[in-house]
Amino acid sequence: MVAEFGHFALILALMASLVQASLPLYGAHRQDQSLMLLASFAAVVAFLLVSTSFGALAWAFVSDDFSVRLVAANSQTTKPIIYKISGVWANHEGSMLLWVMILTVFAALIALFGVNIPRPLKARTLAIQGMIASAFLAFLVFTSNPFLRLSPAPDEGSGMNPLLQDPGLAIHPPALYMGYVGFSVAFAFAVAALIEGKVDAAWARWVRPWVLLAWCFLTLGITLGSFWAYYILGWGGWWFWDPVENVSFMPWLVGTALLHSALVVERRHALVGWTILLAILTFSLSLIGTFVVRSGVLTSVHSFATDPARGLFILLIIFGATGGALLLYALRIPQVKKGVPFGIVSRESGLLLNNVFLVVAAATVFFGTFWPLFIDLMGKDKISVGVPYYNLTFVPLFIPILLTMVIGPFFKWKRDEVRTAVKQLNIPLLAGVLVILAVAGLNLGRHLFTAAGIGIAVWIILGSLWVFVKRTKLFQATLVQSLTILWQTPRAYFGLVMGHMGLGMVLLAITIVTTWQQENILSMRIGDQTKIGPYGIRLTNMENVQGPNYQAERGTFELSSGGQVFRVMTAERRFYPIQQSQTNQTAIRTNLISNTYIALGDADNNGTWTVRLYYHPMAPFLWIGGFIMALGGFISLSDRRFRVGVGQRAKVAVLPRNVVGAAS
Amino acid sequence: MKLRMATLLPVGLFAVMGVVLAVGLNRDPKVLPSTLLDKPLPAFDLPALETGLPNLRSAELQGKGLTLINVFGSWCVSCRYEHPLLLRVGKDTRFKLVGIDWKDAPEDAKQYLATYGNPYAQIGTDQVGRTAIDLGVSGAPETFAVDANGIVRLRVPGPLTPEIWDKQIEPLIKEAEKAS
Amino acid sequence: MIRALIAAVFLAVFSLAAFAVNPDEMLQDPAQEARAREISQNLRCLVCQNQSIDDSNASLAKDLRVIVRERITAGDTNEQVVDYVVKRYGNYVLLKPPFQADTALLWLLPFILMVVALGGAWTYLRQQPAPEEGDAVNDILDK
Repeated sequence: MVAEFGHFALILALMASLVQASLPLYGAHRQDQSLMLLASFAAVVAFLLVSTSFGALAWAFVSDDFSVRLVAANSQTTKPIIYKISGVWANHEGSMLLWVMILTVFAALIALFGVNIPRPLKARTLAIQGMIASAFLAFLVFTSNPFLRLSPAPDEGSGMNPLLQDPGLAIHPPALYMGYVGFSVAFAFAVAALIEGKVDAAWARWVRPWVLLAWCFLTLGITLGSFWAYYILGWGGWWFWDPVENVSFMPWLVGTALLHSALVVERRHALVGWTILLAILTFSLSLIGTFVVRSGVLTSVHSFATDPARGLFILLIIFGATGGALLLYALRIPQVKKGVPFGIVSRESGLLLNNVFLVVAAATVFFGTFWPLFIDLMGKDKISVGVPYYNLTFVPLFIPILLTMVIGPFFKWKRDEVRTAVKQLNIPLLAGVLVILAVAGLNLGRHLFTAAGIGIAVWIILGSLWVFVKRTKLFQATLVQSLTILWQTPRAYFGLVMGHMGLGMVLLAITIVTTWQQENILSMRIGDQTKIGPYGIRLTNMENVQGPNYQAERGTFELSSGGQVFRVMTAERRFYPIQQSQTNQTAIRTNLISNTYIALGDADNNGTWTVRLYYHPMAPFLWIGGFIMALGGFISLSDRRFRVGVGQRAKVAVLPRNVVGAAS
Repeated sequence: MKLRMATLLPVGLFAVMGVVLAVGLNRDPKVLPSTLLDKPLPAFDLPALETGLPNLRSAELQGKGLTLINVFGSWCVSCRYEHPLLLRVGKDTRFKLVGIDWKDAPEDAKQYLATYGNPYAQIGTDQVGRTAIDLGVSGAPETFAVDANGIVRLRVPGPLTPEIWDKQIEPLIKEAEKAS
Repeated sequence: MIRALIAAVFLAVFSLAAFAVNPDEMLQDPAQEARAREISQNLRCLVCQNQSIDDSNASLAKDLRVIVRERITAGDTNEQVVDYVVKRYGNYVLLKPPFQADTALLWLLPFILMVVALGGAWTYLRQQPAPEEGDAVNDILDK
């Protein structure tokens, strides 16, 4: 009964979205107030209906309703409740429903909280969102119905892929989808602006918070995904340039460019056409990502059950959305008012350069991901593109942005000189150079790339913090004065500093881990002692354990330093009888600047087990850096000034004169 | 409405990409082309499944018309899917059907064939897997068609179906008949 | 009784799959073993979704790992070992795509694109009218 109710709610939601997609557009064209208001109403109704539908599906999972085919295929009575819940989206249909629900959440938020958005713009934006929602609701209703029944209903389900029964993987899809779908807002605003024929600073002020919100979640989702792969897959890797990873990375790169570009539109009314294009591209890349994961077009670690018919449906949606938007762009953008000119050296041009670098980086990932498909279609050969390709292309092409990103905030708008800006960063620059020399020297001229990487990371971290140093007049005023200024600093500054600094930390981690990670693979008996990194490891016990829906072999290890045992670690290999598959539960001990990692391998029936030990110096900074970037973004979002509407501009406080690089 | 080249570029590129993706939907990215096509069959000499029977030697397969080499295993679920077809065509005298039992315990293979029937004129066992690798095998079942000159003419990954048989193998059989 | 049964299940299941590089596969000579690891990391596991034969548990991956080590011990250079595998499985098995006619663009396009994009940006910047003095206030949050 509940399932039918959920199904019905889904169909009603489709109808509401169709209304949302059509009438308000006409209303905006005719300046019909009530038709425009209909957009908000329909958006909220759609949200309520889709959430109800999602709730019905969640109920079916939690109550073990195996008469629903999806539940029977993906759940079991013995699963812990948290995984029954996350099981709702650990399959194609359920995750698509989550996707659509988040879409309706964003539309409803705009409808309810976008009080200062001019009504026609708001109506058009919601209409575009309604179109996207309609398309995906149709996809659900006609090809991917989560509520199909199974008769006769089995007593027990087939369970869920054991790899997915994990807290990290439970939150990773929702976070990612908040990112992917969040960029639909920028897309909708961009298309609405093209339809209206104008883009002004107010438009950018509306769009930026949504872009930032989506960006934060996407950063979080990618970081979580990488961390999950690290601890679950068993060989200490954290990024594989797998097609599905790539299709999350591309929107992130282009989304970062969008974030910076929108800033220029808001502050200086420049780079307008470029920003609109980026808004269209970011969401289009999200859509292509959705397509790739569900259509079977590329091989990848992720695998939803792939179905070419579904893939075709999504591809048609992409043709409509992206093709339509880009065509509209070509037709309308020449009319949109051109921006205020700026000098060859200026903050605007710096941000333009930022865009160039990020888009080229994204294009590189795109080529690597899709070239095998392209070659396959040409008939003769099949190639594959793996890590070595990206190391030789993406990495060198990403260096320019790493070198220049911290200089941007020190440029003045409109016109400036490189020397003036860089001079303010003299200490971070010096620090970076000294670190390169030091590392190279300590390694006697070896590991030069590593030295460069570490030096650049230090340059970035210090350069990011330098915004605060300059602003609070650290080392010039008293400490109390500096802290006072810091306390009063608008939160958006924290976003800037933490966003850049986080990336520097990620770079530091990658450079150090790649160069100095250690590995020790060996056969051990109970009682054997060995070393990894600076630590000693002793296998003290092996036992069989029983879990709620699995059986496991568990190894207990003692970690010692200088002969003193200070930690006991357990690693498991789990066997899930219903799915006939295994997972690895690695043991990781961290002190936040390094990881010691143990993965259990085969038993060889002679009383020995294969044990894989790794030492990963600086690895924690990889994910800590990612979280800091996301956190910085969230802090920025909480800045009141972000939520200030056009009408309330007068209330914005005037900043004191001791700002970054005051007039020289 | 003036149109500029630069602004049409995104749409144009997207159109190309869209076509690529659309066509790609019908391809299976996991199916690999064989490197052996139109090249000589790699040499192998495999012990027979039944003790006392002669080895399966690649050299002996030459000069005798078309040979079909079917790589299988008792553990392989898809093999069962094509087995009825193999039993039917195994009786055909226009070509020779031989099997390579891959990564299988001989007892299991014998049991499998006793239960489901034995379509092969000859069977070689490749427990280590070296011959399968020489043939570029990545899964079972796979079937190779080798002509009288010892040249590999066709490789079918996955189970044989009547459609594959009619469209790809029958023409080779007819060609071999004409040659002899 | 139950424990014995569980133990039997374990042995049966866990002994099926090899777990990536195993100690018993490794060569005695560390220099050769290092070469084997490096070559393996650049060869794709064909029955996995996106792993090298060095990382993978699959039995075909193990067979290939053993072959790589055999060829090294037999005296092949790194290139010859890789060619041996490519001869049997094609270019798909290489994680680093070869530089040939149909992949030349793959390797070159990123760099070409960077140059073109920078050139485009430069042209765009040059053709703007030059503005006057830069703004005194360059706080990112103020106009």
